[in-house]
Amino acid sequence: MPDWLTPEEWQALSLSLKVSFWATVVSLPPGVAVAQALARGRFPGHGLLNGLVHLPLILPPVVTGYLLLLTFGRQGWLGSALWDWFGFTFAFRWTGAALAAAVMAFPLLVRAIRLALEAVDPKLEQAAATLGASRVVVFLTVTLPLILPGVIAGAVLAFAKAMGEFGATITFVANIPGETQTLPTAIYAFLQLPGGDAAALRLVAISVALAMGALVVSELLSRRVAARIAGK
Amino acid sequence: MNFRGTTPTMSAGIDLENVCCDFGTFRAVDNATVSIKPGEFFSFLGPSGCGKTTILRMVSGFIEPTEGAIRIGGKDVKGTRPNQRPTALIFQNLALFPLMPIWENIAFGLEVRGIDKATRRKKAEDLLKLVDLPGAADKMVSQLSGGQKQRVAIARALAVEPSVMLLDEPLSALDLKLRQHMRAELRAIQKRTGVTFIYITHDQGEALAMSDRVGVMSQGRIQQIAAPRDIYDNPVNGFVASFVGENNIFEGDVGPASGGIAALTGPHGAFRARVLPDAAGKALKLYVRPEHTVLTRAKAAENSVQMEVTEVAFEGAFISVHGQAAGGKRLSAEVKNDGVTPVPQVGETVFASFDAARALLLPDANVRG
Ligand SMILES: Nc1ncnc2c1ncn2[C@@H]1O[C@H](COP(=O)(O)OP(=O)(O)OP(=O)(O)O)[C@@H](O)[C@H]1O
Ligand SMILES: [Mg+2]
Repeated sequence: MPDWLTPEEWQALSLSLKVSFWATVVSLPPGVAVAQALARGRFPGHGLLNGLVHLPLILPPVVTGYLLLLTFGRQGWLGSALWDWFGFTFAFRWTGAALAAAVMAFPLLVRAIRLALEAVDPKLEQAAATLGASRVVVFLTVTLPLILPGVIAGAVLAFAKAMGEFGATITFVANIPGETQTLPTAIYAFLQLPGGDAAALRLVAISVALAMGALVVSELLSRRVAARIAGK
Repeated sequence: MNFRGTTPTMSAGIDLENVCCDFGTFRAVDNATVSIKPGEFFSFLGPSGCGKTTILRMVSGFIEPTEGAIRIGGKDVKGTRPNQRPTALIFQNLALFPLMPIWENIAFGLEVRGIDKATRRKKAEDLLKLVDLPGAADKMVSQLSGGQKQRVAIARALAVEPSVMLLDEPLSALDLKLRQHMRAELRAIQKRTGVTFIYITHDQGEALAMSDRVGVMSQGRIQQIAAPRDIYDNPVNGFVASFVGENNIFEGDVGPASGGIAALTGPHGAFRARVLPDAAGKALKLYVRPEHTVLTRAKAAENSVQMEVTEVAFEGAFISVHGQAAGGKRLSAEVKNDGVTPVPQVGETVFASFDAARALLLPDANVRG
């Protein structure tokens, strides 16, 4: 633990990193699947899926958080079932914070992957298919290597978004130090305290640095995806 | 190498039976029936948008026919996915995998089949020799020229030992010289491997030079299936005649046929020409090729039209002479550059004449009415 952070601040930072890491990692497979469906699929409900994925981007975060609470809270229809059957709950746990962050970051993840997918020539995939590769093999051997920089860029963006998630998190899982208090909610809490300014400022600086870093990395990676697909 | 190149056995024939393909209300392929023999080099020739690629996509399994049946090696392939058909498709833009070195591109289909790396590498190198590109194994796709990429695409398709190779205008991105070279090369590879080739092109020279047989298409319909020579010398309709070469065309009323010859009487006089038995009752025009049109000072006994020479173009082996007959009718003739045949001057008046056996009375294209 670095000594320029108090234990409380450090706790918020490490929790944020944990929450964002899991939010990103767990959304990656469905993110790729949804991006693939949106980029390549032609099926009824295509528009609906597209809208649904992007909804968290336009809804007020507090609404998203409230909807999560209604669904996954102890009393929520899914949440109560999860509790009854598996004794598992998202409510007021760091896993809930991760779920909220994942939902909020999902549109960014899907967008980045979808853009990379759309830049891939479908003829490459078709050529692989005529050479005997099944759909899964085509995806793993031809498509995925080509979109990998895009996937990573999307993941970086999603991670950064998860690090900054505030409204949905605080609505869904509140602001419990050590359990659900992430960087932004900690900053908010410090600002409520008299004399908390210095701590808030330190966390703000960390947030800014992380966000900038993520943007730079994401930008570099998306340039690489373009270059790779162009065959350089 | 256990490659069919040395033992041409497994190539398969392909039958299309009344195959139709609709996109919405638009019929892209209309009632195509053709039987392609094992080991044959068959070309589909036709203008842009006539449905050639659609036929290949149906054979390779990317789209299913709306109606009709496709059989490969006698087996109906309805519902068989592209990766389970014994076909390999070579795309117009080649679609080489940019992240893999050449040898891995070629060996891709083998890797999919779980063949070990040493065997894959060996086979890739053998195939690179076959397509005359040894030593390129470890290069990247971006380091190759257009013609070299072309060969890699062919090698990659041959690696999976397909019974049928489907080639969609594979030479159209190459320059003329290379295209001509690759024509011969492709033909040689096909002969060496004995694989059935279905080749698509809108370049009639390519189709005629390479193929055992050609299917000429227009607006989704196959107009004629025949050997190149027959397509050129005995086209079944005006579309085929015009698509595979130049023609002087005369309109008029056609009289009854006798002995396969009928008379056509029109504004430029009366002509006699060959007519097919099934042409009776159709609107016909007379088609004769410029190289079968001779120019003389005096009027010939029959099939002779007076024209004024408007342009003389030197083409090397022959001289192309263009002229205008009565009513502004444009005619052309090819005069051999043999130093003996006289070449008329611009402004001169000559007679363009042709042999009745060399001229054909043909209906227009077979299109949806
Ligand atoms: N997926 C599709 N949806 C709708 N129409 C299509 C589709 N694919 C092809 N077509 C139409 O079907 C017709 C035949 O297309 P096709 O690609 O087979 O032509 P082609 O003979 O290969 O032409 P080209 O020489 O330009 O490649 C065209 O009019 C095209 O617009
Ligand atoms: Mg085409």
